[in-house]
Amino acid sequence: MSDARSKTTVDRPVKARGAARRLLLGRNANTVYALLLIVVIASVFVPYFAGVATVSFLLIDAVPILLMAMPMALIIITGEIDLSVASTAGLSAAVMGVLFHDAHWNIWWVFVACIIVGLLCGAFNGILITAIGLPSLAVTIGTLALFRGLALVVIGDNAVADFPIDLTAFATSTIGGTGIPTFMIFVAIVVIVFAVLLHFTPFGRALFALGFSKEAARFVGIRVNRSKFWLYVASGGISAFAGIFWVLRYSSAQSDSVTGLELSVVAAVLLGGVSIFGGSGGIVGVVAGVLIIRTVNYSLQLAGLPDTVLTIVTGSLLVLSVIAPSVSARLRLSGERRRSRALLAETSAA
Amino acid sequence: MTARRVLAVSALTTAAVMALAGCAAGSTPASSGGSSKGFSIAFVPKQLNNPYTDVELGGGKKAAAALSGVDYSVVGPNTASASSQVSYINTLTQKKINVIAIAANDPNAVCSALNQAKAGGAKIITFDSDTAKNCRSLFINQVVSKDVGLIEVKQVAEQINYEGDIAILSATANATNQNAWIEFMKADLKSNPKYAKINLVATVYGNDDDTTSFQVAQGLLSTYPNLKGIISPTTVGIAATARYLSTSSYKGKVALVGLGLPNQMREYVKDGTVKAFALWDPAKIGTAAVYAAKALVAGTITGKEGDTFKAGDLGTLKVGADNTVIVGPPTEFDANNIDQYNF
Repeated sequence: MSDARSKTTVDRPVKARGAARRLLLGRNANTVYALLLIVVIASVFVPYFAGVATVSFLLIDAVPILLMAMPMALIIITGEIDLSVASTAGLSAAVMGVLFHDAHWNIWWVFVACIIVGLLCGAFNGILITAIGLPSLAVTIGTLALFRGLALVVIGDNAVADFPIDLTAFATSTIGGTGIPTFMIFVAIVVIVFAVLLHFTPFGRALFALGFSKEAARFVGIRVNRSKFWLYVASGGISAFAGIFWVLRYSSAQSDSVTGLELSVVAAVLLGGVSIFGGSGGIVGVVAGVLIIRTVNYSLQLAGLPDTVLTIVTGSLLVLSVIAPSVSARLRLSGERRRSRALLAETSAA
Repeated sequence: MTARRVLAVSALTTAAVMALAGCAAGSTPASSGGSSKGFSIAFVPKQLNNPYTDVELGGGKKAAAALSGVDYSVVGPNTASASSQVSYINTLTQKKINVIAIAANDPNAVCSALNQAKAGGAKIITFDSDTAKNCRSLFINQVVSKDVGLIEVKQVAEQINYEGDIAILSATANATNQNAWIEFMKADLKSNPKYAKINLVATVYGNDDDTTSFQVAQGLLSTYPNLKGIISPTTVGIAATARYLSTSSYKGKVALVGLGLPNQMREYVKDGTVKAFALWDPAKIGTAAVYAAKALVAGTITGKEGDTFKAGDLGTLKVGADNTVIVGPPTEFDANNIDQYNF
């Protein structure tokens, strides 16, 4: 009797926990719910928030963060980090300015060169981290400063602003009357590629294993270093692409372009449910995380609050996103204990 | 258990967002004051919490209060960055603010955002640091850029007896106003025979950040131990440099001139670190911007050369070449007159 009961109460829900359940209740889903909640609250409380202009202004600032967040998510899932993304973007912005303005290259060749610069930056990080085996935090803090320094060497005090008007106008254009920036098409492609890569390929699944335990991953035949190396190369390339967008959007290439964006990217990825310890996370959550950061920032700006408040809020969200999973894990643990105690009491009573 | 987790997380986020939305809602009521006679003006300074900027904005605030029906607000970035200014310009566009008065951190980076604001019906005024000309109706400038360059060189030359190495410690490398002054300084040093024995050895940037400026000043003197004088055409830079000099062995030996706020520079003038520096009254810029905004909104001026408008205490101001309004000549401050000024 008691056997049958425990079967019905325990087993059936387990079977019902299919894809649908995971979709609606997983950590990814929580982030999406939080995003929806924040959008609703902002629409109610912040004057002017509900409107097409918001979509356009909010999303255009999300473009570089979304781009950089994709490889960043994969890197953090493997238990590493890349803090040099904004400096890589800054360096390619500087290269873009110099090659276009001083060397008079064709703009399309300039783009190619910028992406190559980004890939090289990523490869440099990758080699130091995988071949030499240095900790990624230390390496990328170093290259954060190094790439920014190189940007200063490349472009110096100059600001290049005379980029082709069709391209700068394209960077700020929107799709029809929707307010969605045209550049979002590229972002969508990048997001889809990374989502497929992470969730639907052996390479992606190996990344989770890698984040859980490097030794175990190596043991089951995952090429740990090779995977990590290519992630850093991808991160460099995508960061360079974000740098190109940045320059076109602001019609200005200079040594301090994209300064400080790495913090928003890391915050968004963690807020999106990727564990800072590696091993878990998902692309849907990361996209929602980026949009949460942007929505909160934009609604505070729209409300006329100063930058100081924004910095504090971004920082708090980052801390919250690191704390929340461990708090919920602890809650879950104590819940399980209570339940097993109850179950124990029940069975002993029976 | 998962349900509980969902609950916990959403409760946390709700609480956080409610708190944020709460302060957001609390601080907005002033934003929609576009009545029939009044207008709204938002200042976007290069950065907030800059003492010089605060004096400028103070002038704007006072003028806005003196005129009835003016809805005055200030938004801006914490650090002097153009991309952050763009975000704020976007929010102002969305709020249909009538006039945006901006001191640009980059003459081009803010342009497309300003043009969007203009398309939405806003008038654009620049103050302090201009944008590209086609992005604004009017530029409110302190003084003629050339006068600033000349007075700086004159002051430093007098103090070093027209002989020796000097350096410039500026704000950011792309600051429009500082770069214009520096160009005039360089031209004057090169062309004026009086300055033939003065040698400009370096131009360095403290990014209008107190700590950076302090360190850059320190670096400058260790790189060029024979330096005779420093020109710092930024209030942050000159104050940081003065602080460094006053505590070093260079005190009284290296001449420091530039643009400073009397209240910040008073102690260094009195302790002999600084003999003389220059500035105009920054409050006048804010005042002029508000009166110019009023005239633009009322349609009595369009910002073309030759337009004139009344600007309260400042009298009648005239729009000159390049749609620029000049507020006043620079004043020189030294131990004799510094106590007459309080800003």
